[in-house]
Amino acid sequence: MSQAEAAVAGAGRATSPLWTFGILRSELTTMLRRWRTLALLGVLAAVPVLIGIAVRIETGDGSSPGPGGGGGGPAFLSQVTNNGLFLVFAALAVTLPVFLPMAVGVVAGDSVAGEANAGTLRYLLVAPAGRTRLLLTKYASVLLFCLVATLVVALSALVVGLLLFPAGEVTTISGTRIGFGEGLLRAGLIAVVVAASLTGFAAIGLFVSTLTGSGIAAMAATVGLLITVQIVDGIPQLSAMHPYLFPHYWMSYADLLRAPVYWDEVVKNLGLQGLYAAVFGSAAWARFTTKDITD
Amino acid sequence: MAPNDSAETNGGTNGGTRGPAAGRRKAARYIVPVAVAGVAAATIGLVPALASSGDPDLPKISAQKLIEKIAASDTEQLSGMVKISTDLGIPSLGGLAESFAPGGAGGKGGSSADPQERMTELASGTHTLRVAADGPDKQRVSILDDTSEYSLIHNGDQVWAYDSKSDQAYHATEDRAGKDAGRDAGRDAGKKSGHPVPEGVPTTPKALAEQVLKAAGPTTSVTVDGTAQVAGRDAYKLVVKPKQSGSTIGSVTIAVDAANGVPLKFTMLPSSGGKAIVDAGFTKVDFSKPDASSFTFTPPKGTEVTEADDAKAEHKAGKGLGDLIPGADAAQLGAGGKGAGNTKIIGEGWSTIAEITTPGGTGIPSKASGDVPAEAQQFLDALGDKVTGKFGSGTVFKTRVVNALMTDDGKVYVGAVTKDALVKAANSAS
Repeated sequence: MSQAEAAVAGAGRATSPLWTFGILRSELTTMLRRWRTLALLGVLAAVPVLIGIAVRIETGDGSSPGPGGGGGGPAFLSQVTNNGLFLVFAALAVTLPVFLPMAVGVVAGDSVAGEANAGTLRYLLVAPAGRTRLLLTKYASVLLFCLVATLVVALSALVVGLLLFPAGEVTTISGTRIGFGEGLLRAGLIAVVVAASLTGFAAIGLFVSTLTGSGIAAMAATVGLLITVQIVDGIPQLSAMHPYLFPHYWMSYADLLRAPVYWDEVVKNLGLQGLYAAVFGSAAWARFTTKDITD
Repeated sequence: MAPNDSAETNGGTNGGTRGPAAGRRKAARYIVPVAVAGVAAATIGLVPALASSGDPDLPKISAQKLIEKIAASDTEQLSGMVKISTDLGIPSLGGLAESFAPGGAGGKGGSSADPQERMTELASGTHTLRVAADGPDKQRVSILDDTSEYSLIHNGDQVWAYDSKSDQAYHATEDRAGKDAGRDAGRDAGKKSGHPVPEGVPTTPKALAEQVLKAAGPTTSVTVDGTAQVAGRDAYKLVVKPKQSGSTIGSVTIAVDAANGVPLKFTMLPSSGGKAIVDAGFTKVDFSKPDASSFTFTPPKGTEVTEADDAKAEHKAGKGLGDLIPGADAAQLGAGGKGAGNTKIIGEGWSTIAEITTPGGTGIPSKASGDVPAEAQQFLDALGDKVTGKFGSGTVFKTRVVNALMTDDGKVYVGAVTKDALVKAANSAS
């Protein structure tokens, strides 16, 4: 922090890449040090623990998980007892529809509006960074939060899964087997894909955040939008618009567990997220660089 | 540019006094997101239109030659993705099948990995399948669901099915599998294997095409109608149409690979027009040898395995339904009711009607019988249309393919024919 400030002082008005890195780092430390952020991450880390213990208690006497011989409940849950690694996939399947994007929505919605609310935004703008660069930094830190949040869920699930359940060769959902090492590799890849799935929504949150001066309003609007879109995605009569909704392909990360991997929907998902990021990112830029900052 | 931004707008309190030029520059920035969205929308709209333009130029071929080509096709190795959409006009076959065959498709009682149960799922909705075949001994079909997969693997004398959602497996050995599960996997891909008459559900365009061509006789017109591109391959379109009127099936189009005679796409259109009844085609196909590992399966530790012997007793009830599945030729349609009474076949070819006399002599409960609550009677009336004719009166139950007429004196007429044809058959039979 102090080094970065020194670098700023040294570099003067010239904007060096090191300087950008400096504000990104200060952004990140501010964000990750917030009690709110830590509480969100704590809740996310608790979800796999909860699932793991519940499945363990349920199957302690050798019965299969879930009522009626499995098949119900969240995806991958029935495989958890055979291989602890599946707890990672089950935990991501549980958190991806609501918890993860909600956490991202809170952080993204707060990113600009929260600063405006607290009256610190204009001080940030006094620094010679420029609004475009500030916005990019804000977005970058939100994206990093997506990755951190996903990794927190995945790592917590991995630890709990390996503690409570057997490990070893992984049976893909196609029925073929892969080694545990490759299974871990796929789990890592899935975590990255899940984090990337959230980038479109993060851009929407950032855009909403530039529209208002109230952090709470931005968070509520972002999360409300998420819930609305999820509901629309669940109505079969509106299936014509489903492929264009950002959460529609979220669960496609499961395709990485097939053998051979089925890439079509994963690629569609990433393309759609890129599109949302471009549209709402540029809308946020248009709004933020022309906005009157009075408080 | 960036430092100027902050300088410019930090005097924001008196921003209202800025000239119209600044306002215009503000508005201009919003062009960027609008442009990005516009370009994306245009790309999504235009690319499929451009990609599908132009049918390939292929030398002319007669229908006879093309059918021979399909029969002579010796492609034994293939893998690819198949998309199958079925609209039989039955609201939800999943729920229906469950109520007909307790402990069935829902996976509540028996094993949810039983092939007979799972393959009936394909009779409604849209599904993505992954198929692979390497000769007559090794085949594999997988139904790709959102976060799970159902795989049916046939390798030598072993047949395995694995349902990843419930983590259950199903196992059969060939001697009985030839009659049981193997027929599903066996016919699905590759060449004609030594399996007995296909029953159950054909899942690949090839299996569907064979069913239709088998039924083709003097009552059928077969023509070649142009070319198309399917899964990136050039194909001829073979059109099969019933010559007789009265069939609910309007036409069947089969796209046949021009190079090796493998059927790539199968479309069945209803005679009443509208959406296809069955539309099954490869979206991706590869004729090289598939990876050997896709045909091996060892149940994971802890997976519940159901042996075919145990499963068989439980699931007999589901059988009649399997015969209602698309692609089953007209003569087969009657077979579902065989157990119920005496069956007589009226007519031939596409407009075959099965006349079934139920042993009890009463069909559906009618008002006259008096032992049905009014609500139940209303429900039955709502399901079917009342018809009257020389034969008396009855109720017609309609789907998009199969229609059934139940007369009040207990006869049932079933066929892939229109309502009028059923009434005519009933009239002439009485």
